[in-house]
Amino acid sequence: MIRLENLGRSVDGAMHLEGIELTLSPGINVLLGRTHAGKTSLLRVLAGLDRPTTGALTQDGQDLTQLPLSKRSVAFVYQQFVNYPAFSVRDNIAAPLRRKGLARDEIARRVADVARRVRIEPLLDRLPAQLSGGQQQRLAIARALAKDAALMLFDEPLVNLDYKLREGLREELRGLFHDGQTVVYATTEPEEALQMGGTTIVLHEGRVLQTGPAHEVYRNPASVTVAEIFSEPPMNVVAGHVEQGRLHLGDLSMPLPDHAPAGLAGCRVGLQPHRITRTPGPIRLEGETLLAEVDGSSTFAHFRAGGQPWIARLDGVHGLPIGAPFTGFADPADLYFFAEDGTLLAPAQGARHG
Amino acid sequence: MHKLDDNRAWLLVVPVFALVAFNAVIPLMTVVNYSLQDIFGPGQRVFIGVEWFREVLRDPTIQASFLRQVAFSALVLAIQIPLGIAIALLLPRVGWKSSLAIILIAIPLLVPFNVVGTIWQVYARPDIGLLGRGINAIGIDYNYTSSAVSAWITLLLMDTWHWTPLVILLAFAGLCSIPEPYYQAARIDGASRWAVFRHIELPKLRGVLTIAILLRFMDSFMIYTEPFVVTGGGPGSSTTFLSVRLVNMAVGQFDLGPAAAFSLIYFLAILLFSYVFYTILKMNEGEP
Repeated sequence: MIRLENLGRSVDGAMHLEGIELTLSPGINVLLGRTHAGKTSLLRVLAGLDRPTTGALTQDGQDLTQLPLSKRSVAFVYQQFVNYPAFSVRDNIAAPLRRKGLARDEIARRVADVARRVRIEPLLDRLPAQLSGGQQQRLAIARALAKDAALMLFDEPLVNLDYKLREGLREELRGLFHDGQTVVYATTEPEEALQMGGTTIVLHEGRVLQTGPAHEVYRNPASVTVAEIFSEPPMNVVAGHVEQGRLHLGDLSMPLPDHAPAGLAGCRVGLQPHRITRTPGPIRLEGETLLAEVDGSSTFAHFRAGGQPWIARLDGVHGLPIGAPFTGFADPADLYFFAEDGTLLAPAQGARHG
Repeated sequence: MHKLDDNRAWLLVVPVFALVAFNAVIPLMTVVNYSLQDIFGPGQRVFIGVEWFREVLRDPTIQASFLRQVAFSALVLAIQIPLGIAIALLLPRVGWKSSLAIILIAIPLLVPFNVVGTIWQVYARPDIGLLGRGINAIGIDYNYTSSAVSAWITLLLMDTWHWTPLVILLAFAGLCSIPEPYYQAARIDGASRWAVFRHIELPKLRGVLTIAILLRFMDSFMIYTEPFVVTGGGPGSSTTFLSVRLVNMAVGQFDLGPAAAFSLIYFLAILLFSYVFYTILKMNEGEP
């Protein structure tokens, strides 16, 4: 169990991390945040590459900051594919084992085992430069696994891979760790946090905004910021107010949903982009397309309705010319209610939600 | 649709053909022409086959020059490549200090060759040169006009001063292109400084070092201007490198036939050596 207490780090007066309170238990911990949220800074501190400027970092009561790097049991996988350029795949995987001084046949056995798990067995005699990007990253992951470190750090390991490879490798990753390992996995992608499961830690501007099981945080984001970070594209958030039992969002007006908190007046209302559909529903968002972008197997439709810009995430590829009429539908049960200051008042309700 | 028969497109490549012909093919063929004939005067010439080639290859002074040349290039590579890498490793990678260091280091590269020769000719003189007088002052007998060893040391020092900066710049560029995570990973793995150099930096520098070695080999194997200015090939013939010998033959003695044959052999030797270097350096390297 690794504890971070009021941990902070600043470099030349610039704050990178501040007041981090966190407990990392064995299992998967996903650090979710945008770029420059402090994910890499936090990973570096955990790895022992940087020292925190304030606060404490302990493992089972022992002060980690005093422990030299070589004494720590840490493996780190980066965005870039970092492997020994002049070593074969086999020797790359064996490198951490040789450092430990294991016997030759034990090394061979572990290399074969790890190579099988990350599925690079046929490539053992190649050099890293002769591998594709996905294979190079598999090799980097294999080296980390071979090290069998207690703390496994991943800094957006899939970001430099193409869409299909990313999906495949992400699914495999979860199954590669054993129970005793503490995995910290940094990502900007909400879907990755949900797929990896485990504990999600939402990081923003160097602070931890929320911690909890992935689905818990996703369903009950503590604030607008968390909701925005935990949604790709970011959640639609519009100013709303309640008058005579009706909810007004810009020019739109609808009956106040049942799950809205009592006594609500001014508020901010959130709606996940993938909850806007083109199949008719109670809330009708009618307007014109501003822009449509295809992302993998879905389409992000930016449109204007009721005097507000919205983003809908539609399954499949849709051709939506700019300026074409667009009608989206939503369910009142999918609305999130936030206070003016951004804290969550009521999450979306729908039981059909995953 | 069948293709249009329009041969006017050939006109578009005529300028390129003309350019290549004038700057490469025609001069080269002239040399080939000279190398195969004995020319007594305008209109008086005899085709003699490979006679000149045979003569050049059997000439003991040219053989000596060749060995001298190989030794000089070997020393140049043995000194400048490690020195260049070592200095590049010591340079700061970021900030104004880095820029300043690079500018200062690059200065010798901007000095014209004959000026480099003149500078060192004066600098190393035992009577008035700072370096020459300094070395003699500490009790070492040093005079590049009378001692072959002194002459070689002078030329090697000069060439190292002039060209190591090129190796430094190439190695530095290579080092700067190694992503930071490699160094982090090495720290986490507990790698020593030597291991970082041996297993990360050196393999990553392979590409630029191949270029550095090829450039330094070719330039040092063709060196002419500096020994011409500093030693004139002497004392004796101790610094008469291939190019110095070639110029003496072609311009001094006006033996155009043998000189042409010599040029072709010289050119082929450089080509062959470069090919061998390149092949060895590219061996076992992964595809990019």
